[in-house]
Amino acid sequence: MMIALTNMPVGKKGIIKDIDGGYGITHNLDVMGIHTGIEVTKVSKQWMRGPVTIRIGNNEIALGYGMATRIMVELI
Amino acid sequence: MKVLLVGNPNVGKSVIFSRLTGLNVISSNYPGTSIDYTKGYFNIQGERAELIDVPGIYSLEPTCKTEEIAVKLIKNGDVFINIIDSTNLERGLNLALQLIQYKKPLLIVLNLFDETRRLGVSIDIKKIEQILGVPCVATCALTGEGIKELKSKIGDATISEYVFDYSQRWNEIGKIINEVQEIKYHSPKITEKLRDATIRPITGIPILILVLLLTFALIRFIGEGLIGAVFEPFFEKAWSPLILRLSELLGQSGFFHDLLIGKLVGGDIDYGESFGLLTTGLFIPLGAVLPYVFAFYTVLAVLEDSGYLPRVAVMVDNITRKAGMNGTAIIPMLLGFGCNVPGALATRLLKSRKEKFIAATLMSITVPCMALQAMLFGLLGPYGIKGLGIVFGTLIIVWFILGLFLNKIIKGPSREIFVDIPPYRIPYLRGLAKKIWMRLRWFIKEAVPFMLLGVLIANLLYSLGIMQFFSGITAPVFNHLLDLPPDAVGAMIMGFLRKDLAVGMLIPLNMSLKQLIVASVVLSMYFPCVATFAVLLKELGLVDMLKSTLIMILVALITGSVLNAALTLTGL
Repeated sequence: MMIALTNMPVGKKGIIKDIDGGYGITHNLDVMGIHTGIEVTKVSKQWMRGPVTIRIGNNEIALGYGMATRIMVELI
Repeated sequence: MKVLLVGNPNVGKSVIFSRLTGLNVISSNYPGTSIDYTKGYFNIQGERAELIDVPGIYSLEPTCKTEEIAVKLIKNGDVFINIIDSTNLERGLNLALQLIQYKKPLLIVLNLFDETRRLGVSIDIKKIEQILGVPCVATCALTGEGIKELKSKIGDATISEYVFDYSQRWNEIGKIINEVQEIKYHSPKITEKLRDATIRPITGIPILILVLLLTFALIRFIGEGLIGAVFEPFFEKAWSPLILRLSELLGQSGFFHDLLIGKLVGGDIDYGESFGLLTTGLFIPLGAVLPYVFAFYTVLAVLEDSGYLPRVAVMVDNITRKAGMNGTAIIPMLLGFGCNVPGALATRLLKSRKEKFIAATLMSITVPCMALQAMLFGLLGPYGIKGLGIVFGTLIIVWFILGLFLNKIIKGPSREIFVDIPPYRIPYLRGLAKKIWMRLRWFIKEAVPFMLLGVLIANLLYSLGIMQFFSGITAPVFNHLLDLPPDAVGAMIMGFLRKDLAVGMLIPLNMSLKQLIVASVVLSMYFPCVATFAVLLKELGLVDMLKSTLIMILVALITGSVLNAALTLTGL
């Protein structure tokens, strides 16, 4: 089942299956190492639709809520 | 020959740059410390070469101004030194593969190599050299490990013959990593727990509040301690006798005497009121402000190098978004508390025009620099918490109201937050010391001449009667709206040059607490000092800067009047 990163529970792991966005967004995410097929862990989310923090490998990245809704993951 | 240091943000390019050239550059543990490029020279095998520290980039397809600068530089480079964060090999190789396509001599540096060992990651350097066909060096730039080897190998940089399908480059990177990297997982360590605790709201927000309170307390403790134990005794016991002897030599009065030493108060020097170049002119920047500036930069350096600041940006994003900026805007604000000039420069971290404008305007109006704060502590401190509380409280309230307002009226997009959260690192002592020293030196070079110039100009304006003329024409505003004495105008005028000097000029006016509060708030808000103004003009452009200036003056006058009325009503 695919869910958006924003709906993923904190502490859970998933594989990115799809990024819903144009070239600009996919490119910006891509160069930071966020692309389909990669495993992510959700580290935290802030209240009131605030930023979501994910971990990829040893790396943590915070992204805005809007961007996070576009990243679809499958829980593992 | 042009040698380029290229790499992702926050991989230590600037540290390697200073190691190779001997030049000092500011580096911190957050992405984007170097927004401009820096140039230096060094010798490779007896030949002089130019070394360029290219701003950090994630890819060679430019998506913002910093990246455009970087790509332009790369096109004109002769040799690339690609610096990779060893703990983040994937992202580093992504850039390396793009650099390979330029077909220029390349050398790969795996920096932060010491950290990989602690993380249980081992990287086979020889294998990377084999696969990519370019020399590869492991370094730890902070301690200097591997730098010698790097120097000796720059001449060996070669053009890589590695071929790959660009559209499949993540698969390609995956394959390389499988061959060269081995991970032995550790169980979660303390730092990992700390990473989680400081970024989850339920623990992170209380920690943030604690850190901010501690920061403030520490700055005051160090600043006040240094003034009481070192700086005041020095000026009173060592400097005053010298100046008094000079005063005697000059005959204790006359134009030059008053310019250099100022007026003696009861036969002695009063560093607050004498107002000569060698008395007040030196005491304000060196005796009253420098200790606080030192305290601020010490605490800031620890916060910067530990890697905590990007986490602050995430935690405050909910608040700054209401003011139309993403959480990264907290970095120019925090830097602004030291000096508005670096704060103004750091607005470049914000990518959209709207965010830059709001950040610059809010910082100029509501963030008092350390020099101004130090003087405010001296001016209002004796009245207890009340005076300072009202001044800082007003600034905070104005930040919110003005932020909400600007967010509503300024058109254009705001970008969502999107930042790397670096791992925590224990600040490296020599790195800290160097950074603090560089900033202090910059402060002294900047503050002392401007202060002396300010004292000189103020003295001249008074003795030529020009200040009295200005006081006369602006008196209605100052008297009726703000209830300030006409002489306060002089302070406001000199505030253009330096705000700490302006506060110094308020001291002899014998104002009531209410007047002191109103004057302090108006002085903090109405206009940035000339140095900040020059930077903002460059960053925002003429039109936006004029708009911003207009907002500053209006907001200062409105806030001052409202505050005056409110304080009068409450009977302060």
